[in-house]
Amino acid sequence: MQVTFKIWRQSNAEAKGSFKSYPIDGLSKDMSFLEALDHLNETLVLQDEEVIAFEYDCREGICGQCGVFINGRAHGPHDNTTTCQLHMRSFEDGSTIVVEPWRAAAFPVVKDLIVDRSGLDRIIEQGGFISAKTGTAPEANAILINKEVADKAMDAAACIGCGACVATCKNASAALFTSAKINHLNSLPQGKQEAVRRVLDMANQMDREGFGSCTFTGACQVECPEGISITNIAEMNALRLKAQLLG
Amino acid sequence: MLETKIPEGPLEKKWQNYQIQAQLINPANKKKLNIIVVGSGLAGAGAASTLAELGYDIKCFCYQDSARRAHSVAAQGGINAAKNYQHDGDSVWRMFYDTLKGGDFRSREANVYRLAELSAPLIDHYVQQGVPFAREYGGVLVNRSFGGVQVQRTFYARGQTGQQLLLAAYSQLYKMKRAGKVKMYPRHEMLDLVVIDGKAKGIIVRDLVTGALKRFAADAVVLATGGYSRVFRLSTLAIGCNGSAIWKAHKRGAFFAAPSFTQIHPTALPQASDAQSKLTLMSESLRNDGRIWVPLKPGDTRKANDIPEEERDYYLERRYPSFGNLAPRDIASRAAKERIDAGYGVGPLKNAVYLDFQHAIDRMGMETIKDRYGNLFSMYKKITGVDAYQEPMQISPAAHFSMGGLWVDYELMTTIPGLYAVGECNFSDHGANRLGANSLLQASIDGYFVLPNTINNYLSDSLKEQAPSVEHSEFDRVEQEVASHIEKLLNVNGNKTVDHFHRELGQVMWKECAMSRNKQGLIDAIDQIKDIRERYWQQVKITGSSNQLNPELEKGLRLADFIELGLLMCTDALQREESCGAHFREEYQTEQGEAMRRDEDFSFVSAWEYQEGEFKLHRENLQFEYVQPTVRSYK
Repeated sequence: MQVTFKIWRQSNAEAKGSFKSYPIDGLSKDMSFLEALDHLNETLVLQDEEVIAFEYDCREGICGQCGVFINGRAHGPHDNTTTCQLHMRSFEDGSTIVVEPWRAAAFPVVKDLIVDRSGLDRIIEQGGFISAKTGTAPEANAILINKEVADKAMDAAACIGCGACVATCKNASAALFTSAKINHLNSLPQGKQEAVRRVLDMANQMDREGFGSCTFTGACQVECPEGISITNIAEMNALRLKAQLLG
Repeated sequence: MLETKIPEGPLEKKWQNYQIQAQLINPANKKKLNIIVVGSGLAGAGAASTLAELGYDIKCFCYQDSARRAHSVAAQGGINAAKNYQHDGDSVWRMFYDTLKGGDFRSREANVYRLAELSAPLIDHYVQQGVPFAREYGGVLVNRSFGGVQVQRTFYARGQTGQQLLLAAYSQLYKMKRAGKVKMYPRHEMLDLVVIDGKAKGIIVRDLVTGALKRFAADAVVLATGGYSRVFRLSTLAIGCNGSAIWKAHKRGAFFAAPSFTQIHPTALPQASDAQSKLTLMSESLRNDGRIWVPLKPGDTRKANDIPEEERDYYLERRYPSFGNLAPRDIASRAAKERIDAGYGVGPLKNAVYLDFQHAIDRMGMETIKDRYGNLFSMYKKITGVDAYQEPMQISPAAHFSMGGLWVDYELMTTIPGLYAVGECNFSDHGANRLGANSLLQASIDGYFVLPNTINNYLSDSLKEQAPSVEHSEFDRVEQEVASHIEKLLNVNGNKTVDHFHRELGQVMWKECAMSRNKQGLIDAIDQIKDIRERYWQQVKITGSSNQLNPELEKGLRLADFIELGLLMCTDALQREESCGAHFREEYQTEQGEAMRRDEDFSFVSAWEYQEGEFKLHRENLQFEYVQPTVRSYK
């Protein structure tokens, strides 16, 4: 299999970037997309060129570190998947594949396809936790949780923090990410104590980081590898409004 | 020489006795002490956040862009705890026994007992942190079975248990960052350890964005850097997982215990080509309801669903009737290898076996199976394009967990005072084979419960000493060594890629030092690895420079250490002339092909000391006071 990768190259945060084309042969349909980039990088090394910097770690769809724009879509042509789970069989032989970093003001490019997503960590830092010290827990089954509540919390908690929701949103909003964590914790009895403070602090931090506003296009839930629903955003907005009005 | 510091008293009182006698440090003094934690997985984040809550100043490092990426995130199936919620005869003692036996009696009784003892409060802890564990309709927690065990003691959050525990640990870490007690250094990789007057006093790290080398000094250094099975290249681990931090510590004097004890996981996706970078794991929990089989006829080319029931060999159920598909991992992997080698393998490369859910779906219905394993089935489909609700999965053994690691005493301190190793990077509780769902457990227990209680014994003395400083000449010297090492690697400027050599190393290790080992093979492997090392330093090519973000250089530095680690692993496997757990020496097996231990000669933990390129063996003799080692049978 042969394709041409058209890849964004940018040597560091300050440098000006541009697309560069790399025709590459010797791929197989069963290769993952990232393995095809590995293969390209090996050929670049042998041509004495610097490798393309891109991110990955677990390569099984859970760590959230990989993530690029492929032919205009976050994580490539399929819904609800990660870049590492994309395979070359999803592309036509001989095609050109355009690869870009996540584009968002709050995600500055670090190098080539790598962006800085630490804004998401700073949102978590403002309240994406339950304030309880190690050693203070009551017996686990003393906290009963309805199965439906636990399942709903788990649906929201499944977020892998990849940032595809931000990248695909025309406003670069982090509302899906933020609301997922808020709803995970606020829906559980253990999280209720800090529910109001959590929603205010995290949502405020989201604004401070320069993420845009949500206009409910629903683009994010299509790209979210965990299929997290935008109903989470509606709940967050309702909670936030209520907290702002009533404290 | 090797002082284990196992406390006095009966087994069930040892941890309590330890805590009663341990040193305390008053809160005002804790503020004066700095601790470095390398790694942000369950062990690292758990230790960092808990130590920060206690008042210490923490610096936490990880190579990823965020602490939330640490590879604990990928553990799927669950975490064990002796809660006996299922009323099925579980207890701390039984969990202790299962773990000790699962490890084929090559771990310390006192450590294993402590692991079982602290498992129940750990579940309390995680529930309080908001981990959405699976629940019954009545609101209580659910359990399931895992390999090597006949009770149901595994807690889980769908097939994403590791992710949910890690996110809990990560959120606590960031809670303490907000409190100003933790400083985070993502995209920083530790490249060496600084030892001053025999004590660990700091690290040299490389800022992976700018390439700059940086120095950090502390009163104690905690390594929580995970496993090293990427030495095989193809493994279930994240691509960035590496052995460099512990290897550098080893070269600075920390003994390395049981390096060759590597778990080969029975249920990963089979290798399809040389270009493959990773073998994706399918959770062991699938073996609760999935049945493993191969065709009775070798080389059978029919589709799985076309092979009638009577022409299938459910070989685990046949060989191990009492544990069946839930035989422990080492045994299940070897049994798969035996069938594959004998010509019964399935799939295009004949390197896989079937994991079949048809019976479970018939019995419990599609919805139940979807509820239990839905995300694993969809992951399988994403990768292979196959719907496992309709036809069996194809699975194959893959390199997975490192039981071996830095030797630690009961306090989790290495042989370098002030250097601790927690989680997978140490050798402590799993012996020669780890039971499923004990990995998240050990990492968490080490980080949250053990280290915060043991580190005071060392740090209480540090208060009397001068605060460590990066101005010390030893920091100059070590940083200079790191810089020269990097330049030397970049200057080789040969004609082969880092991955080329990694593939070579991986092939040697997989052939000679994985599921089945023998004397001649290991001797040859050592020669081959020495040859790879020599050629690596003559022929490797790395483009780009050291003062920039350079992924190729990162890989190259890690591989240089993996090559040396591979030598030690083979040396260890060669020395241990017995079979135990995952370490299967072909010369030592029963007529039925089961592992044969040689307790009289090998009832010890091998702890290797680095001596200028050579390795010297020290023995920690294992004393079994409470359980008599028996032949480990799952028949």
